[in-house]
Amino acid sequence: MAIAWTGLAAHVTAPPAVPSVFGGSANVIAVLVLLLEFGMFRQALLRDQIRLYAAQSAAVSVLAVIVAAAKNVPELYVLAALSAALKVVIVPLVMRRVLRGADEEIAGSGTLGVATTVLLAIAVGAFGFFTVGTLGIADVAPGTAQVARPHHAGSFDGTGAAPPETALGLAMAVVLVAFVLMIVRRDVVSQAIGFFTLENGVSLAALVIAAHMPLILEVAFLFDLLVAVVVFGVLIRVHHGRGQSLSTAELTRLRG
Amino acid sequence: MTAVFVILLAAPLAAALACLKAPVRACQAVSVVAGVASFAAVVVLVPAAAHRDLTLGRYLRADAISVVFLLATSFLYAAVAIYSVGYFRSDAPPGVSARYARRFYAGLNLFAWSMLAAPLMSSLALLWIAVEVTTVISALLVAIENTDRAVEAAWKYILLASAGLGLALLATIFMYAAGAHVLGQSYDLTFTELLRAGPRLPPTLVRLAYGLAVLGFGTKVGLFPVHTWLPDAHSEAPTPVSALLSGSLLAVSFYAILRYYQVSVAALGPGFPQGVLLAFGVATLLLAALYLFNQGDIKRLLAYSSVEHMGILAIGVSFGAPIAFAGVLLHVLAHAAAKGNAFMGAGVLVRKYRTKLIADVNGGLDLLPWSGPLLLATVLALCAMPPFGIFRSEFLIVAGGFATSKNAAAAVLIIAVTVAFLGLSLSANRMLFYPATKRLPRGEPSAWMVIPVVAGVAALVLLGVHPPAGLSELLTRGAAELRGLA
Repeated sequence: MAIAWTGLAAHVTAPPAVPSVFGGSANVIAVLVLLLEFGMFRQALLRDQIRLYAAQSAAVSVLAVIVAAAKNVPELYVLAALSAALKVVIVPLVMRRVLRGADEEIAGSGTLGVATTVLLAIAVGAFGFFTVGTLGIADVAPGTAQVARPHHAGSFDGTGAAPPETALGLAMAVVLVAFVLMIVRRDVVSQAIGFFTLENGVSLAALVIAAHMPLILEVAFLFDLLVAVVVFGVLIRVHHGRGQSLSTAELTRLRG
Repeated sequence: MTAVFVILLAAPLAAALACLKAPVRACQAVSVVAGVASFAAVVVLVPAAAHRDLTLGRYLRADAISVVFLLATSFLYAAVAIYSVGYFRSDAPPGVSARYARRFYAGLNLFAWSMLAAPLMSSLALLWIAVEVTTVISALLVAIENTDRAVEAAWKYILLASAGLGLALLATIFMYAAGAHVLGQSYDLTFTELLRAGPRLPPTLVRLAYGLAVLGFGTKVGLFPVHTWLPDAHSEAPTPVSALLSGSLLAVSFYAILRYYQVSVAALGPGFPQGVLLAFGVATLLLAALYLFNQGDIKRLLAYSSVEHMGILAIGVSFGAPIAFAGVLLHVLAHAAAKGNAFMGAGVLVRKYRTKLIADVNGGLDLLPWSGPLLLATVLALCAMPPFGIFRSEFLIVAGGFATSKNAAAAVLIIAVTVAFLGLSLSANRMLFYPATKRLPRGEPSAWMVIPVVAGVAALVLLGVHPPAGLSELLTRGAAELRGLA
């Protein structure tokens, strides 16, 4: 009994755990990715949206490097390089090429004003963030799993740092806010970029909780993204070729 | 068996590459050969898969469930390849050039390739990738006619399906994280490993992954409320593509859900996974049954019928009875044959009457000596009339519902299917039995467009009257796998 009490007392009085360098930087980058996602709402120029996407992808690639160093997963360096090449360079290039033929530069304004949209996005993002927090996903790993199977000790990361639950919550927030972005925007380019940022959110989540995924699968995911980007590009061009516009406001023929 | 895997993965791909350069006639021949070869290869797999799991290397694997989906896809692939010959030969629609035909054939073969690859993947990660590839290729095929409506449908389809698959990717990641607790940090996410890990997987992560997977892949299955792209894409795609979309693509996405279902049942027990599918299934079925009334467009009508049948599949799995599982797998096969047939028959009507509007089509039985009666038989099959396969499969599913005392859900299923029957048969009646008002010559546009439909009706009768012994064994084993026994 006494032991239990001292244990409890130690638990209560212990100062809040200082995040490790890895945990801290992961969280900072996740916040950065989310802020860039919110920046999309403000940014009406299509070219600048593409720039924001490139910046966001760069942040995700940097996180891959940090995870690679912190958890000692050398394959992640390769992944970081590939992801940077694809998402920071190639995808923005493809999207700019797609834009070249179009004389529109301003995103089709949404049904809602910027302020309303941002408020909505904050609500949705907060929902995602706090829901993941209450699920206690990260607790499962080092706590129960470790006790039950000691040979997988430190299953979350080799450094013994607290699992970055915050970063996972932020990744969920990015995914949900990306949905808001895709819903409120009224032109094909912004909608496509909304989808690409959704993929960034998922990549963020993957780096946080599935960092050790075999490289071949990760590379396959990236290749798949490349194919998707090219097809999005083709369809955007076809759309523009037919309607001489990037707007989706006219897409109301098919109903019921 | 290695040869079979190689044929399945290489033949459609080779055909697609050949079609990029070859003249149109050669494209047609190559596609028919690839389609028939794929179907033959899968038929060879059937007896083997009925007794054991087949694997090739680390990443290829086929069990009874995958072979059922392969069978459906390869049958439709062969049927559609034959049908397309007529589709291009009989006074083709305006705007059909050799360039269009080559693109169409390359896309068709590539699309079939991706759908044949998906059930062969041993890893949930690779399965996701294959499903995503089916999406992007089919989106291009939906847009191929380059009309305003086709482009609109393609855009809505790719955006919705990609967003849904974004969620499914998140599900894949969560499932990976769940497995990492048991299987070690770095593993291939293969589905057998996860099944074996079963109860040791952390339940919260598995529940999250399963929910996201049902919603994400459900977007492509056409589950309510994320089905909205489906009627658009099905109605605007070229007819052969619509047949593949409806009979195979939806089924392949459903296959992905089934895999998550198996892992979730192993980890969580049947309650939660079945409850989720029941809710989605009932909502989907009710919505589709009501939408079947008052559809003005033949292909949209058939698209909503597909939504209805996907709802039936989801409900069938949620019953959890062995007999219902066998019914679900049989339903996948029968629905592929029936819906492929229905779209191909509708394509003949569209070609004959030059319209997709049901109100402008009449006298089908008089004007089309073959396609008219065949379409009638197909519609009856879709409405689960005996002696066709869907009657047997829906009967098994409903029996499974009563066997597990899920009486309310089984009753809803019966009522909704009856409502759907009314909606579908009213429109078919108008198109086939009303006296012809247009002066059109009696005759078929092309024999190539009739042959695969005859094969489809024959398959439906076979499935309904007396499924071959090998197939029954396959379905039994598949049902056992779904119960976690095999």
